[in-house]
Amino acid sequence: MIAEGGLAALWIAAALALIQLVLAIGAAKSGADELMTAVRRIAVAQGALALLAFATLILLFVQSDMSVLLVATDSHSAKPLLYKIAGTWGNHEGSMLLWVTVLGVAGAGVAVFERRLDGKTLAATLGAQAVLALGFYAFLLMASNPFLRVDPAPADGQGLNPLLQDPGLAFHPPTLYLGYVGLSVAFSFAVGAMLTREVGPAFARAMRPWVLAAWIFLTIGITAGSYWAYYELGWGGWWFWDPVENASLMPWLAATALLHSVTVLATRDGLRAWTLMLAVVAFSMSMIGTFLVRSGILVSVHAFAVDPTRGTFILALLAIYIGGALALFGLRVGTVKQGSTFQLVSREGALVFNNLLLTVILGIVFIGTLYPLVAQAMGQQLSIGPPFFNKAAVPVTLALVVATMAGPMLKWRKDKWSALGAKMMLPLAAAVTALVLLLVMAPGTHWMPVGGLAAAAGLAVGSLVPLFGRNLRRTPLHVYGMVIAHLGVAVSISGMASDSAFKQERLAAVKVGETVRVGPFLAQLTEVRPTIGANWSALEATLRVVRDGGSGFELHPQQRYFNQPVTTTSEAAIATMADGQLYTVLGTGDAQGRWQLRLWWKPFVTFIWLGGFLIGLGGLLALIGRVLRERRADEDAA
Amino acid sequence: MRRVLIWAPLGLFALVFALVASGLLAPADRAVKSAMVGKPVPQFTLPSLVPGKPAVSSAGFADGKVRLVNVFASWCVPCIAEAPQLMALKQQGVEIIGVATADKPEDMANFLRNAGDPFAAIGDDRIRKVQFALGSAGVPESFVIDGKGRITKQHIGYIGPQDMPEILAALAAAR
Repeated sequence: MIAEGGLAALWIAAALALIQLVLAIGAAKSGADELMTAVRRIAVAQGALALLAFATLILLFVQSDMSVLLVATDSHSAKPLLYKIAGTWGNHEGSMLLWVTVLGVAGAGVAVFERRLDGKTLAATLGAQAVLALGFYAFLLMASNPFLRVDPAPADGQGLNPLLQDPGLAFHPPTLYLGYVGLSVAFSFAVGAMLTREVGPAFARAMRPWVLAAWIFLTIGITAGSYWAYYELGWGGWWFWDPVENASLMPWLAATALLHSVTVLATRDGLRAWTLMLAVVAFSMSMIGTFLVRSGILVSVHAFAVDPTRGTFILALLAIYIGGALALFGLRVGTVKQGSTFQLVSREGALVFNNLLLTVILGIVFIGTLYPLVAQAMGQQLSIGPPFFNKAAVPVTLALVVATMAGPMLKWRKDKWSALGAKMMLPLAAAVTALVLLLVMAPGTHWMPVGGLAAAAGLAVGSLVPLFGRNLRRTPLHVYGMVIAHLGVAVSISGMASDSAFKQERLAAVKVGETVRVGPFLAQLTEVRPTIGANWSALEATLRVVRDGGSGFELHPQQRYFNQPVTTTSEAAIATMADGQLYTVLGTGDAQGRWQLRLWWKPFVTFIWLGGFLIGLGGLLALIGRVLRERRADEDAA
Repeated sequence: MRRVLIWAPLGLFALVFALVASGLLAPADRAVKSAMVGKPVPQFTLPSLVPGKPAVSSAGFADGKVRLVNVFASWCVPCIAEAPQLMALKQQGVEIIGVATADKPEDMANFLRNAGDPFAAIGDDRIRKVQFALGSAGVPESFVIDGKGRITKQHIGYIGPQDMPEILAALAAAR
């Protein structure tokens, strides 16, 4: 009964989305207040029902109701509770239900909180959100029903990929989805504004918090996902340029560009058409990313079930939504009035430069991700690897760092080169110092990490320059947000560069009692013994590690064997220090009692994710600052 | 000019859509006839990429032995996926010659440790000269070379478990 209740909730939510669309069209045309109120209420009800359906599915997983096909194929009664819950979205149907739920809840959020936008544009926005929801409800109900029963019910489930039995999975996909689907709001805002031709600072200010919120979730989701892959896969890498990773990076790049262009629109009423375009592109990239992941048309380490029917369905949705929005853009943007203009050397100029560079990187990732498809269309199957992405994206990113440094130092509308030059002296000095130090102390390092570290040093100092000469107490919160986010970029880049330039790796086959050296560490294998967990057994090594001139500690990397289904995974053991991580993996043993050990010393690798979270924190401060300021402005006006 | 710019995104999307649709609706046809099939292997020599592995010279291919030349790279994900199949081929006595494209010794050493090492030799094709000479545009690709040094089959894309009968048949036919 519970499953049928969930299904019913979904059907009703879909029906409400249809009503929401019809009423929204009426409200957008007439602007009638009663209609608008109805649209708002229906949007809230629709979101609540989607949420109810999702909660129902979670309940079914928690109860291990094996008469539900999805639970039977993806869960197991012996699984720890946390992973039963996480299992809800660790599969296709559940993750699509999560997608629809976020879409519905985001729409409800707009309906409840959005008071600034003019009524007609808001109605059009909620109408657009209803159209998006309808398509994905249809997809769920017709091609991916999560509440399907199985008869007879199996005695127990078929488990879940043990790689996915990790706290990281509990939070990483939902966070990413909040980001992906949160961008749908920006998309709907843009469609709404194009329909009513109301594109101006008020529209930008209304859209900005939504973009910021989605962007924060995306940033944190990508950062957490990268760390999850790093410690869970046991490969010691943190970014593989895999199609699924790229699928999350592309919306982030578009949203980052949007975040900056929407500020130009809000503050200076410039970049109208460009901002609309980015809002459409950002969510389009989310949908394309989901499609690439879900259709299985690209070879990826993230092995999802391949299903061409579902692929075709999502592809059709993509054609309707993206094609429709871009056609609307073509038809309407010519009639959107030109916003205000600005000089080349100005805050706007730097932000445009930043947008161009972000778009170039987006293009590189897009082409690199889709190129295997081009090749396939020409009859070939191939893979484009990190060499392409790194060579193409790193130089552009270094240029972007310079723009990130310069932007906040410039005045709006018009500034002087000389003024910029004076402010750039200090960061430039930091960059040059870092460069000289690296060339002297670590000659022969590849130019990419050297460039990265120098640029990071410059940006770290440069990001603080906007605070100079300000009264720190009176500085608005969103300025702190910007400073922290830009500092986070510097921190993250320095971690990436440091890891790629200075990491040391050691592979060795050792017997118990033997010692291996990696970087400044001596690691002794003192013992390998069996151990047991909730639904796995493992061989666990004890490594006694001593750092040169320091005290010792122990690490316990494992080889884990899961029974449901039968799989082996490497559980890396990682020691985190202020200046980096020691990453250890236990491999297989041989008949002579030797064990394969892989050890990495990764100086400052943690900065990658520290920086990522700083970027997210900066976004959060900016969001809080902006919302508080808008509310204060509203109160003053009232 | 402005009109063109305004409609360019839709045009671009239409292109991508057509591409993705063709990729989705027409599953990869991997039985592409190569222009190189039936021809002798182009003359080349490649230095060894990793210590302990011999270098590769096509001059030695006409010694009566059937070989599988595998164009691959440590940075290529499908190459990791095909490694178990190559290991199986090696265990059946097939000599597999690796042509590593745009690769580095450290990365390759890593790859061999992680994915396994079915290769009798690995040549360092850093600038992809040999790859292109073989008529291969991407990785992974595999070529069956008969005892006279002629290419008898080109397999584009990774060798999955489902491709094994075909590869084994081609190897048997080349004997």
